[in-house]
Order: sequence, then structure tokens, then C-alpha cells
Amino acid sequence: MELSFQTRTVADRTVLEVGGEIDVYTAPRLRERLVELVGDGVRQIVVDMERVEFLDSTGLGVLVGGLKRVRAQGGHLVLVCSQERILKIFRITGLERVFDIHPSVEEAVAAPVVMPDGTDAGISDDDTHDPSEQPRRGPAGDDGTTTASGH
Amino acid sequence: MMPTVRLEFSPAPAHVRTARLVAVAVARRAGVPEPVLDEVRLAIGEACSRAVALHRRYGLPDLVTVEMSDGARFSAKVVDRAPREETFGGAGELPDPLALVEEDSRAEDDDKVAIGMRLALLAGLVDDLEVAPAPGSVGTVVRMSWPVHDTELR
Repeated sequence: MELSFQTRTVADRTVLEVGGEIDVYTAPRLRERLVELVGDGVRQIVVDMERVEFLDSTGLGVLVGGLKRVRAQGGHLVLVCSQERILKIFRITGLERVFDIHPSVEEAVAAPVVMPDGTDAGISDDDTHDPSEQPRRGPAGDDGTTTASGH
Repeated sequence: MMPTVRLEFSPAPAHVRTARLVAVAVARRAGVPEPVLDEVRLAIGEACSRAVALHRRYGLPDLVTVEMSDGARFSAKVVDRAPREETFGGAGELPDPLALVEEDSRAEDDDKVAIGMRLALLAGLVDDLEVAPAPGSVGTVVRMSWPVHDTELR
């Protein structure tokens, strides 16, 4: 499945809902999207991974990069995930200690924003942007193999 | 042991996905229990990503090879043709994820993080993991295996 993105604003946080497989092929598009958001001035990002079907090390690298980018601007990035097979990947790599991972978007936006220095962050109101977005296609097109993963 | 399925692909990220699909299909057929198939998918994908990354770093058009065999265990070998530069393996070499996040606030080295995470994932997912020089002067073989059920019925 191709990667898909939907962006919406919930309680002054920008929620980036990601669907599909985040792997060595698709992760560059997630990186682009996160760079765009930070470039547009978004400082409080919630990456909703409930519709992610696969995550590999390249995807982890992009998420860590996104966290670093937004932190460098004084912001924060948290994750939403309740899928055991994805959570296991964060546990194995020790990244569960790096990311705030919440079981739902509601809980993620309800949690106080804690900055790396331990202080609360003020939520800015200037992170509005166009919420309508179409999934992007890879430069080489769909290789047609991703729909055959059924039983 | 002769491979049951042998797959070769040009070093493009899109083909890693194909390799994952084939690996899971073969593993399922070989009798790897369903709950373990996610680990097979991820581990063989990581080994293939590593091979593709190395070939691309050196500009090598050579094909990456995946060989899978069934028997008492399901085994997979991923073979690259890149110069042997990367140290790979022992738990002592695994990166501290907190350090990876903190050590460099420039965000341009996502790939460096990914390489560290790949080692952690492979070591964490695969009990039977071996990395060895490939036959000849270049390349590395990543060998992995998993138990199968119902061995005697096959």
C-alpha cells in the first residue's frame, strides 16, 4: 500500500495521520511532509500511526529526524499508536524512551506538552495550514506488488 | 542446503517491498507460525534494505540475492556484493537511542539513525543471526533462521 497523509488540527495541535507502509521506499515522502510542516511554522505535531501497516528502520530514522527538527525550533512531536506490532519495534530499538507514544489522538492532544528541558510549552496559534492533501506517488510509480500481501 | 526459492533484484528501494512479500509467502508455506511472520517480514526487509543501501552507496548495479530454504527451520540468506566495510553484529555495538537523538541536533542524518536502528532491530528480532563474508573477495551474507511447526508432517 502506498503511503497516505491526512492533516488536521485538533486542540491547537497539528495531527498528521499516516496510512500504509513506512519503509525504505516510502519514508522519504514522510520526511518531506514533516519538513514541510516544520517549515510552515508548525511546532506541535502529533503523528497518528493507527493506520500504519508496516514500519522499518528507515521510517524510524525519519521519525527521529522529525522530532529533532521540530525540537530545534522549540516544538514537540508525539506519536499515536496502539498497534502491538508497531509498538514492539519501538521497544526493541529503545525508541520508546525517546518518543511520547499515546494510545489515541484524544489522549495525545490532552497531554501537557513537555519540552526537552522539562518546561511546559506554550501552544502557538499560528500553525494553520491547508488540511486537504492528496497521497503522493513515488517517482517510479507503483510497482504493483503491494496489493498482494493477503492470505 | 539447496534454496527453495531464490530471488534476485536490482538495488532499488521499491524492490525491497517485493522481497518482503515473497519472503513472507515462502515462510508461511514452510510452516513458520503466523505470529512470527511479522518478524520474518521485518527482518528480511531490513537485511535487504541494508544490501540496497550498500550497493547504492558504492554505485553498484549488481543484483541483491535472497535465498530461502525450508526444512527443520526456515532459513534466509541475503547476499550483497559491496566492499566489506560495515561492522555488524554484537550487542555491544548497538547504539544508544537516546544518544542518537541528542548527539546531533542537525536533523540531516536520519540515515545514520536508520542504520543504528537496523542493527538493533535485526539483533532484537532474530535469535539465529549470522553475518559472514560472501564467497569471493567482496560482499556479505546475512543468514537468519526461524523455527517451523509441524515439521514432521511436511
